[in-house]
Amino acid sequence: MQTATQIPTDVSFLEYRKYKGIFNWILSTDHKRIGLMYLYSMMTLFFVGVALGLAMKLELIAPGKTIMDAQDYNAVFTVHGVIMIFMIVIPGLPAVFGNFLLPIMIGAKDVAFPKLNLLSWYIYILGALLVIASVLFGNGTPDTGWTFYAPYSFKSGTNLLPAIFGAFVLGFSSILTGLNFIVTIHRMRAPGMTWLKMPLFPWSLYGTAWIQLLATPVVGITLLLIILERVFGIGVFDPALGGDPILYQHLFWIYSHPAVYVMILPAMGAISEIIPTFTQKHIFGYKAIIGSTLAIAFVGYFVWGHHMFTSGMSGTAQYTFSILTFLVAIPSAIKVFNWISTMYKGSISLQTPFYWAASFIFIFMIGGLSGLVLGALATDIYVHDTAFVVAHFHFIVFGGVGFSFFGAIHYWFPKIWGRMYDTKWANTGWLVFSIGFLALYSPMFYLGMQGMPRRYYDYLEEFHAANILSTLGSWVMTFGLVIIVINLVRSAKHGPKAEMNPWNGKTLEWTVPSPPPVENFEEIPVYGEKDGPYEY
Amino acid sequence: MEQTMIHHDSHYDPEASKIGMWLFIFTELLLFGGLFIIYSVYRFMNPDAFHLAAKELDTTIGAINTIILLVSSMTVAMATSAIQNKNIKLTQILLGITVVLAIVFLVNKYFEWSAKFDHGIFPGSEHLINDMSKGEILFFGLYFVMTGLHALHIIIGMAFIIFVMVFVAKKKVHPERYALLENSGLYWHLVDVIWIFLFPLFYLIT
Repeated sequence: MQTATQIPTDVSFLEYRKYKGIFNWILSTDHKRIGLMYLYSMMTLFFVGVALGLAMKLELIAPGKTIMDAQDYNAVFTVHGVIMIFMIVIPGLPAVFGNFLLPIMIGAKDVAFPKLNLLSWYIYILGALLVIASVLFGNGTPDTGWTFYAPYSFKSGTNLLPAIFGAFVLGFSSILTGLNFIVTIHRMRAPGMTWLKMPLFPWSLYGTAWIQLLATPVVGITLLLIILERVFGIGVFDPALGGDPILYQHLFWIYSHPAVYVMILPAMGAISEIIPTFTQKHIFGYKAIIGSTLAIAFVGYFVWGHHMFTSGMSGTAQYTFSILTFLVAIPSAIKVFNWISTMYKGSISLQTPFYWAASFIFIFMIGGLSGLVLGALATDIYVHDTAFVVAHFHFIVFGGVGFSFFGAIHYWFPKIWGRMYDTKWANTGWLVFSIGFLALYSPMFYLGMQGMPRRYYDYLEEFHAANILSTLGSWVMTFGLVIIVINLVRSAKHGPKAEMNPWNGKTLEWTVPSPPPVENFEEIPVYGEKDGPYEY
Repeated sequence: MEQTMIHHDSHYDPEASKIGMWLFIFTELLLFGGLFIIYSVYRFMNPDAFHLAAKELDTTIGAINTIILLVSSMTVAMATSAIQNKNIKLTQILLGITVVLAIVFLVNKYFEWSAKFDHGIFPGSEHLINDMSKGEILFFGLYFVMTGLHALHIIIGMAFIIFVMVFVAKKKVHPERYALLENSGLYWHLVDVIWIFLFPLFYLIT
């Protein structure tokens, strides 16, 4: 039985060669290689997104036209949004770290459907190429914003078809990854690892996977209808033919609001792994964190209307969506309290991942509390569609997901590449990035309160000073990003060899060599009565 | 060889593939769920127009197609029983009947659609836009989208079953390992169930 597998257990997945050259990657069904393929493709796209973001900030350094006119600005924020949302933050943590770590953390050799997993990556690439095609070919880059609101999305003369179809295809990739993870978690946990002994990152992936599975099809059909509307004129969202554009907004946000929990839940999951390791303490309120994960996933389905307070809804609907939005804040706060309580009386070790995790909590709280301003009806009317929304959104989505992503990559880096990075440069990168981040997005809260609308390439003279600060922030943040990336890329090749368990973590990934062998475990681990993921 | 088989089977988890299929079916239900929401909203907003437009549809051909799909669901379920009883030949015959019924369904659908086209009823047609109310335009827009998307699912389900037939012939699906066959059956039932909802919504409620 063992002879037939012929997969060596002493060779790491990075050294194991089954095919020639690049085929070792693009034909590999190894969850670890697939995770890295997602990482590399995502990083490439991320730099495109960052470049577009920088271009927008440069345009806003002074009132009037600086480097582009209104139409170009529309195109830039649309493509920036589509790339960042659909290709980076939605798949981000699940596709990269979920793929790499989920099977190892639950003591399995791979995901339940390895071939389907590889297929998901191909679908992801296909979707990305379609969106890029919409930029490179046809007459005019899409200019609707990433939300593709009706009726403009079928009236605009720009090359929207491939972009919308690309978003539809990316949804498929997301659904299949979610499906794969749910089955993996149900069927492949190590013997003895009961549900309440599973680490919190897999738990967060489980909640996420259900959202991916149940919410994505709704946006799939909605985008499909926009395509059919454009091609055949079926009238479903076209007021000229009897359709209702508000219905589009409802259907879009029924998916796209839960999608922000697809982004943030795994981010919270990664933080829940980092904090116990660097405080060397059992996580506080393990069950409460699981409960809040599931509560967020569940309540998150019913809050979409808060994106549409000014679109035209009945008062009852507005109150209901507002109160439900406030309810989601409760489980999020529970998590924050638990993280802080874990640190209490712990032996905190100030390493790079911990810095990221701690700053995640800080940034996430600013983002979360500003979200309550938007969830309250009266204040939302005041700041709706202003720079305030942009600031809130970037604090949560870029701050939340981004800080967690960088924390995760610094935490699991020695496991993934089997080498250590330079801690000094990593800490410097974190500091520069964080300062830049705050300088970039904090002024937008102020600008929004003062009434500067979002998605405009121009503004009044009175907004100038804060915009200069914001643009400077974008440069500092990018500089920090460059430091981080160069340090990590260099260290992945030349860093000193890492031990099996450099941080003294207790979850299963720290019991296998760094980098792990192809099938992760020589023998599938067994959880005993007293074993658990955080037994320090 | 013996050893490879054992290793192969150690990865085989029919329960996992069945869970996977059910989860996929959930996503399909939600995909159509979006359309059913749109249908109910517009029906609520335009009750008279929907009543008028539904009269254009041929209930007989719809009923025949319903019967065809119900029978095909039965044959695909019988195919699973047949393979459990190790009767490969009967399995193939029953799967074959399912595919033939699917083709008959699509042929009926084709005639139904072309009749509509002949009457000038299709998205963007002059007759639709100039002579009909907005509610009727919506009804026919949804009719074409929903039955069209359903027909696409019929084609996918059919391809899936043909694929399984090839696997049965190659002995990759056999009485000890037939999760794929069961899954194709599950998918086919889903396609059937969606039609069971489409039929009354478009043909029967007037």
